[in-house]
Amino acid sequence: MSAVFEVSNLKKTFGGLTVTDNVSLSMMPGDRVALIGPNGAGKTTFVNLVAGNLQPNSGDVRLNGENVTKIGATGRVRRGLVRSFQVTRLFQDMTPAEHVALAVLQRDGRATRLFGNFLTMPDVMAEVAALLGKLGLADLAHRRVSEIAYGQQRLLELAMALALKPKVLLLDEPAAGVPQSDTGRIEQALADLPTDLAVLMIEHDMDLVFRFAKRVIVLATGAVIFDGLPADVTKDARVREAYLGSYADASHVA
Amino acid sequence: MTSSVNSDILLGVKARGSLVRDLIGIAVIVVAAVIGYLLFPDNLALLTRILAIALLVLALDLVTGYCGVATLGHAALFGAGAYAAGILSAHYGINDPFLMTLAGLVGGAASGLLCGAIMLRAHGLPQLVLSIALIHLFHELANKMSSWTGGSDGLAGIAPDPVFGMFEFDLYGQTAYVFGVALLLIVFLSLRILVRSPFGMLSRGIRQDKLRVRAMGASPSSVLIRMYVISGAVAGLGGALNAISTQVVALDTLSFTQSAEALVMLVLGGTGSLFGALTGTLIFMLFEDYVSAANPFHWLTMVGALLIAVVLFAPKGIYGTAADYFALRRKAKP
Repeated sequence: MSAVFEVSNLKKTFGGLTVTDNVSLSMMPGDRVALIGPNGAGKTTFVNLVAGNLQPNSGDVRLNGENVTKIGATGRVRRGLVRSFQVTRLFQDMTPAEHVALAVLQRDGRATRLFGNFLTMPDVMAEVAALLGKLGLADLAHRRVSEIAYGQQRLLELAMALALKPKVLLLDEPAAGVPQSDTGRIEQALADLPTDLAVLMIEHDMDLVFRFAKRVIVLATGAVIFDGLPADVTKDARVREAYLGSYADASHVA
Repeated sequence: MTSSVNSDILLGVKARGSLVRDLIGIAVIVVAAVIGYLLFPDNLALLTRILAIALLVLALDLVTGYCGVATLGHAALFGAGAYAAGILSAHYGINDPFLMTLAGLVGGAASGLLCGAIMLRAHGLPQLVLSIALIHLFHELANKMSSWTGGSDGLAGIAPDPVFGMFEFDLYGQTAYVFGVALLLIVFLSLRILVRSPFGMLSRGIRQDKLRVRAMGASPSSVLIRMYVISGAVAGLGGALNAISTQVVALDTLSFTQSAEALVMLVLGGTGSLFGALTGTLIFMLFEDYVSAANPFHWLTMVGALLIAVVLFAPKGIYGTAADYFALRRKAKP
């Protein structure tokens, strides 16, 4: 099996500051990888580079073997690389059904049709109902997004991403800002992600990381300092030094 | 799957709801047109002008209200349509009113493509400045090309044939009025379909968050340029109606003032809603006509006061605020 997603020697500097320093990684279909690192480690810059929102100074990004470094964000999405955002970015006056329908229509190349209402398109509606049902949002299908809880908005972000049928999914802190009582629902949704999908998750919540990821990558000052099993990450001296710091003692207790 | 069955039922109701609103909209336009005809039988010219400007304001709503592009140059598209229809008749002797209307549509769409291609390269304030520059350029071009446009004297010699060979464009303006009402109804219905379509949804998304739209794999600029062309076609239809009904095209159809007034009308009625655009046009034009006759020296002051009152106390516009009020009341009832 060949890698579905490959980053090699990716480098990005802002002025004299190197924020992404020769980062390389590769992922297979079905991989569950967590990218962690202290604040300012360059995680969000890395996501922006990979998603095509920023251009790197050097290095390559490959999707299914195709070099997409020169291809913009929209082109990468169409090739199966989909991202979510650290803070939800939804259309406040639209409904969850409209969000998912728009994503489905966009994926099929029908989003610029000038006529027809998705409510009367059976194939689109079947997919919308299935996705919203799977994420427990069916009852809210026709509420405005501004009226639904933040945890549910997070789930809707996930539904939109899945509607695009990605091959690689970048999740930027999928549970950020969600009250503790609702994180279970999100974790369940993450556990139910399609098994052939490669998922790269950026996350601060270590509990979530340990439960979700089969592999952990640690970024510190723009460089990869650890790439391995979750069980080994707390034992690694460099990681302790750079990231866990004061948590290191606590991890013994846990 | 029960959830899908449930939502199917719910969705059927929703889709029917918007059809009902279409029918209500059409009924309101027809009733308003009949009342206008009965109340002002001697001033059908004003009513026809309101119809033409309503098309301009609807066109502006498409780019400003639905897509979030602020422009002070939209009369360029309206004027282009007016000159296209007028020149077809005055210079080529093609006087069929439907062909003239079609020329207006094409002329408006072409200038929409041009203006869109230039304006969409900028964002925010620079974009607004570009729109002002464009309307001045269009105005100056029409002024200089006086052999085609009649320059500051206006384009005369427009003589549309009777509609279907039967209904002449008479002195009382009855034919022009009915022609205009029919045109507005067709455009209104088409735009209702457009704003509900996937394209319409995508446009609303672009207004709110371009980055999110890109993250879905859609390209905002290609959507916006298409919307500009559609908007140009609608504004051009308004211009053609104006040329056909007044049988002259004045240079100020292509003016900054006309563009700014259209934006004022849109804000007055409420952006992002076709009903808002229509409401704003009707109220502004009637108010302007009434107040300018009652007090020719201070009418602009009163228009200004009305606008300030609306912006301060009803920021969603007259229609938008009224719609919100009734929606809240409906929700309050069990």
